[in-house]
Amino acid sequence: MERQGNAPPDDIPVVLAREGHHGPVIHAANRKARMDGVNPGARVVDMRAICPELQVEYADPAGDRAVLDRLVLWARRFCPWTVRDGDDGIILDTTGSDHLWGGEAAMLVEIETQLALLGLSARLAVAPTWGAAWALARFGPVRSICKEDEAFFKLGPLPVAGLRLNADTVLLLRRLGLKTIGAVMDVPRLSLTRRFVKAGLEANPLMRLDQALGKLAEPVASVEARPPIRATARLAEPIFDPSPHLPELCEDLCEQLKVAGLGCRALHLVVYRTDGDVAEVTVRTSAPTRDPAHLHSLFRDKLERINPGFGFDLITLAAGGVEEVEERQTRLDGDSDDDLHLSRLIDRLSAKFGPRSVTHPVLHQSHVPERAEGALAALAKAPADQTEVTKERPLRLLDHPEEVRVLYAVPEGPPAQFIWRRQTCRVARYAGPERIAPEWWKDRPGTRLRDYFKVEDASGRRLWLYREGVLGDGRGAEPRWFVHGFFG
Amino acid sequence: MGVLRMQQGLAGQGIRPAAMPHTLAEVFPAAPADASATAFMLSRLPKTNAPILWVQDRLSRKEAGYPSLAGIGLQHPIIMVDLSRASDVLWAMEDGLRCRALAAVVGEVWGDPPALDFTATKRLAMRAEAADVSCWLIRRAASPDLSAARDRWRIASLPSATHPHDAQAPGDPRWALDLFRSRRSKPGQWVATYERAADRLHLAAATGDRAVDKGDGAARQRAAG
Repeated sequence: MERQGNAPPDDIPVVLAREGHHGPVIHAANRKARMDGVNPGARVVDMRAICPELQVEYADPAGDRAVLDRLVLWARRFCPWTVRDGDDGIILDTTGSDHLWGGEAAMLVEIETQLALLGLSARLAVAPTWGAAWALARFGPVRSICKEDEAFFKLGPLPVAGLRLNADTVLLLRRLGLKTIGAVMDVPRLSLTRRFVKAGLEANPLMRLDQALGKLAEPVASVEARPPIRATARLAEPIFDPSPHLPELCEDLCEQLKVAGLGCRALHLVVYRTDGDVAEVTVRTSAPTRDPAHLHSLFRDKLERINPGFGFDLITLAAGGVEEVEERQTRLDGDSDDDLHLSRLIDRLSAKFGPRSVTHPVLHQSHVPERAEGALAALAKAPADQTEVTKERPLRLLDHPEEVRVLYAVPEGPPAQFIWRRQTCRVARYAGPERIAPEWWKDRPGTRLRDYFKVEDASGRRLWLYREGVLGDGRGAEPRWFVHGFFG
Repeated sequence: MGVLRMQQGLAGQGIRPAAMPHTLAEVFPAAPADASATAFMLSRLPKTNAPILWVQDRLSRKEAGYPSLAGIGLQHPIIMVDLSRASDVLWAMEDGLRCRALAAVVGEVWGDPPALDFTATKRLAMRAEAADVSCWLIRRAASPDLSAARDRWRIASLPSATHPHDAQAPGDPRWALDLFRSRRSKPGQWVATYERAADRLHLAAATGDRAVDKGDGAARQRAAG
């Protein structure tokens, strides 16, 4: 069901259904449906019998989860640590952030207002622990605020379902006559421990109670570590193009980096759209830097990829991959700093064409020509242990060796005539063979050895030709010939 | 006599590096699968440890292969940029020529793309001269049309010299160099023998159907100057 525009009127019972073991079951119901006696988890056909005018739509749990994940990032505007809680909640660690919004009560009102602007209704609560907040938001009063030492009293009257237990355990506790959390609290710890000693967290009321009361640690593990340095631009009106604000943000960020003596290897530009979506652009650098002009230039042509939607009103620029950078003195003779310029060039090229197309070839220890050379990203550091190849190797290699058609085979040595790229080549002189055996520890069994020849044809073109396999090696048919590279 | 004048003709590109600034040179290999242009370009690089920025478009890589580090050696680290369009190749070369730390900027462009016109080559040449970094544009399957390149070469492989130990094997490579247009020296044709062990280029006037001294005689020089 679409979120905006065609919301069903409140006086029609609407439910969302999902597939159950015996036909569709109720996933969620609106207020009217719940008042009519429809309860989640029951079968849709049974509920139709109770409430004939029931409207049924299919739920989209994966879509809900994706939206919730985006909302988790959106909620970073209120506090830095946010995480999704199950399939229907978000936990915000607002410790130290509430005063920015004028206290906890004002913060809750602000959050609810912002969510309402997105067309979402929410139930909010502030509590010292994750468990207490979970229970109060679902079963407590509207926008309830629980102080540090009030959790014991505020949780007492709530039903045991507020302990985040699975349905079987809730049913069990209800059968034992424990209907509220307060009743569970009154039971001696020893009896509860003995009864639920082997139960996991989901089915253990004692551990859940300890978590809610803060006796058992339950930290909020945020989705990603908060970048420690960031610059923010809050805008009065939603805009569509962040570029006028970018130089100022870069300067602000580099000033912070300079004060901390740091440089960054990545920059994350995040725009918070008015429709609740978040768009991010990331650029990376090959060496830690804090030069605002250089960092600004890396965003060239990248800002167009941001989809502004209906505009955005908050831009943050965060530094990632922060490293310490010592202050460098420029050379007295006025010459430029070569390493710095080179790393900036690599940054510019990688930012424009993508890090995959800017590479730095390195030699590996292998005799097979295509394995002897690897490509590292130019942003990465090159390994020091490269050894030069002593054999003569061609200047240029083909990505894929090209097969030639042999016209005139010779028992020893390369073919006297062959056709390659639709042209007949007559071999005038050759050197070789150089036999390169397959690497049995890497290659598939049955890979054939190669005999390489340096071949010169009548016009002087020098090719690197190889024969794959030997006649009668028991690994396939007649050996084939390939061109692999060109000598200078 | 002839060798001496040819060396004067090539001055500023390695033999006497201080004589002329580094600039843009265009090379037209005779065939796509002919690495002689690459080898000639590498032999003329300054003898430093500065890196090379090597930009290739997709067709050049497919038809002529990629420069292999095992064959080129580790003296100059290579920054390889693989792109698909010629306009991107020119952009990357121009950006690279802003950096004085490079030994050379090498671009390989296939065919005659519209982006590679007189203006583009002029920009490259002026950037190269401003940064004093040599810039090589290797153009395969291209026609030598209007260009602002200071030197324009046509290079082809010739049958190599005799191998000192093996008569069957190809020896030191030989190339036919044709400097058909040059802004700063006299055009000419040479047969170059590259001595790999000593990393040295020997030049001799092109002999063939023509007489040796036809384009190389002292009489013409007197007449000209």
